[in-house]
Amino acid sequence: MSVADDAIRCDACPVLCYIKPGRTGACDRYANADGQLVRLDPHVVLERAVSRGDTLVPFLEKSREWDGALLSGEETFVTAIGAGTTYPDYKPAPFIISSEVAGVDMVTVVTEGIFSYCGVKLKIDTDRHLGAECSIVRAQGEAVGHVTTNEYGSQMLSLGGVRHLTGGSRHEGMATCDALLNLCNRKAVELKIDDGATVIVQADKAPIVDGVQEERMRVGCGSATIGMFAKQWFGKVDEVVVVDDHITGVLSEHQAGKLLGVPESGIKLKGRRSTPGRYFRVAEPGTSWGGTNIDDPLSILGPFDREVARRGLRLLMVSTTGEHHAYFELDESLCPVEKELPTALCESVERIRENCEPALCTVLFMGGAGGSLRAGVTENPVKLTHSVRDALTRVTCGGAPVYVWPGGGITIMADVSRMPENAFGYVPTPALVAPIEFTLKLSDYATLGGYMDHVRPLSSITSVNRDEESRRRLAARPDNPWPLASEKRK
Amino acid sequence: MNNRAQVRMLPDGRRLHMQDGPIDVIVEAFSAAREIALAYRAAAARFVGVLDELCGELEFLRRPACEDGYLPSGPIARRMLAAVKPYASQIFITPMAAVAGAVAEEILAVMTSAAKLSRAYVNDGGDISLYLEPGERFVVGMVERPDRASLFGTTTIESCDPIRGIATSGWRGRSFSLGIADAVTVLADTAAMADTAATVVANAVDLPGHPRVGRVRACDLAPDSDLGERLVTQSVGELTPREICNALEAGIRVAESLGGSGLIRAAALNLQGETRVIGAEARSGQAGIPVRDGSPVHA
Repeated sequence: MSVADDAIRCDACPVLCYIKPGRTGACDRYANADGQLVRLDPHVVLERAVSRGDTLVPFLEKSREWDGALLSGEETFVTAIGAGTTYPDYKPAPFIISSEVAGVDMVTVVTEGIFSYCGVKLKIDTDRHLGAECSIVRAQGEAVGHVTTNEYGSQMLSLGGVRHLTGGSRHEGMATCDALLNLCNRKAVELKIDDGATVIVQADKAPIVDGVQEERMRVGCGSATIGMFAKQWFGKVDEVVVVDDHITGVLSEHQAGKLLGVPESGIKLKGRRSTPGRYFRVAEPGTSWGGTNIDDPLSILGPFDREVARRGLRLLMVSTTGEHHAYFELDESLCPVEKELPTALCESVERIRENCEPALCTVLFMGGAGGSLRAGVTENPVKLTHSVRDALTRVTCGGAPVYVWPGGGITIMADVSRMPENAFGYVPTPALVAPIEFTLKLSDYATLGGYMDHVRPLSSITSVNRDEESRRRLAARPDNPWPLASEKRK
Repeated sequence: MNNRAQVRMLPDGRRLHMQDGPIDVIVEAFSAAREIALAYRAAAARFVGVLDELCGELEFLRRPACEDGYLPSGPIARRMLAAVKPYASQIFITPMAAVAGAVAEEILAVMTSAAKLSRAYVNDGGDISLYLEPGERFVVGMVERPDRASLFGTTTIESCDPIRGIATSGWRGRSFSLGIADAVTVLADTAAMADTAATVVANAVDLPGHPRVGRVRACDLAPDSDLGERLVTQSVGELTPREICNALEAGIRVAESLGGSGLIRAAALNLQGETRVIGAEARSGQAGIPVRDGSPVHA
């Protein structure tokens, strides 16, 4: 290399291009970024950096001399992101790395698994009605999943799975793969639910339902909200209706109101009364007030009882998130007339909002490690399953913790938000490519029939002067347990 | 064997995609499923050794070709040298001008010797090698600019035609060009011949010294380029119809002389929306290349 030349030598392939700053090599896959060789899909190494900030900080491998400190497995963990896969050959996983942790030799078997059996469990924090249970969820017009249960303040969707990926048409498979890939890589995806809403979802972001961004999760159902705030309303208003698609609450009839001595107001709710002060089905499900389809809250009220109601009666109607609210007083003909919300009540409406957490979408990747993936770890795949089951082997996805389902096989769930960015890929099968790492003691690895002659020291991955691809170093997330930590160290 | 090479089927389930370093190849064979599988297996087996084989002789392949009788050892390198030799006495040319076409030919050759195919093609980044059994044909689309996927014409290649290679070159493509053509597509007897000729004709479509053509020394962009200090085109400003005509004429003159010596069978030259074609009439009018009275037509 000439003296004035700031080009770098790319050693990714035998062409050995000299690459000038800001340019790519002959392949367009490797580039010189300010003197550093970078790759578009670099192999990710997580670096434990407790002292560093609280998020992942990507930084490039510096062309400094290796200082030896990185040798220790207590500081560096090699993820499977960008590692490559063993599929379809049952050959040893691309990286089987040994490192010493607290005096014990640890092995991490790193591979990018090709998951045909995989999907995403999506939790969408909203009270709005997204669609009926079992409704088809579509992306790009293709069926990619279905609506499953309603959880407290959230709607669950189940997307993907082998039936959509490979059991339907080519288009269905590709649309499913695309939606899963984007969701897992924390990108926004538009989903359309049959006879329901169109929702834009993105991990860790608020859902956008029919063009409206969801702000808050409800604090409780309408009835619970009455219970929580009855005392704060008492004396400031004569009647409160908390509108909720699930259970609408009415203060004067509710147990909480009775205990405080709130007098009857003569209010008449539509819908079906469950227990005193609690009403089901006051309206149809929708994306407006409290997850109903109403825009005018008075539409859920019948005429006031003329025997009980009185002129000037003060009525607050509010949704379970405080997002919608209206204040009325009864005129001489006992009809509610909308008035400005009194200051004293603003506070309680604000309190409801405060108690509602930010609405988010959360994405759990779920997949099953198939036989060939397991065979990349050990010659006798079932032993790996047993080892995981016996907690001798720790499974991580891109360094993030996973939940391993009880029962047979290795079926895992992982929060994609705890994984490095763009950790997922795909193959045209279509199937998702997800990083998966198995970490265990070297001695246990030998016992379960591991590829001992493929075990390589961590230094061979982390040192810079090798004929290796460029590595991307990331600080580990402090909220993730360190993958190599022994149980008691936590 | 190496562990860099990627070999996979494309989502359509028909075409094979292979990539290693800068080599990116798409293969399709037509035959019984069993024969196709045999052909693809042979293609993949050959492919994984290609880059290492070429890089072993890279220094030689980057040097100007000359008539000293030295023969490289690799079969692909030999194809490259053979393709550029006819030009060596007249212009600066290195075997690298034929690398993509030569790789395509080599892969196709192992496929057709491993399996009984009715037709097949190997497309190495736009440089294509064809195989046709008697009575078979390929319809080939042509793009106006390699960085855009719109077709300006199609041409049909019949088994009775001598053409088995197609290549496109231009300053917008992945390789450097000394000329200003957006795209020059060449039909020739072999892919390596087409590859070389496309490079040569694209270099000839030029307006030397024109102020609106941005040129940079190749070595300033890629220090190890075989073009060394030669100026390569990095931008082309808007040209007048006269200038476009002049530049295309310069290219046509070279293309016609290559056609006369059998180095190419047909060529289509594109510059800023203008197209010139030679050799279409010789192909008994069956070519879909848009040509009217020999005058330039809008694509």
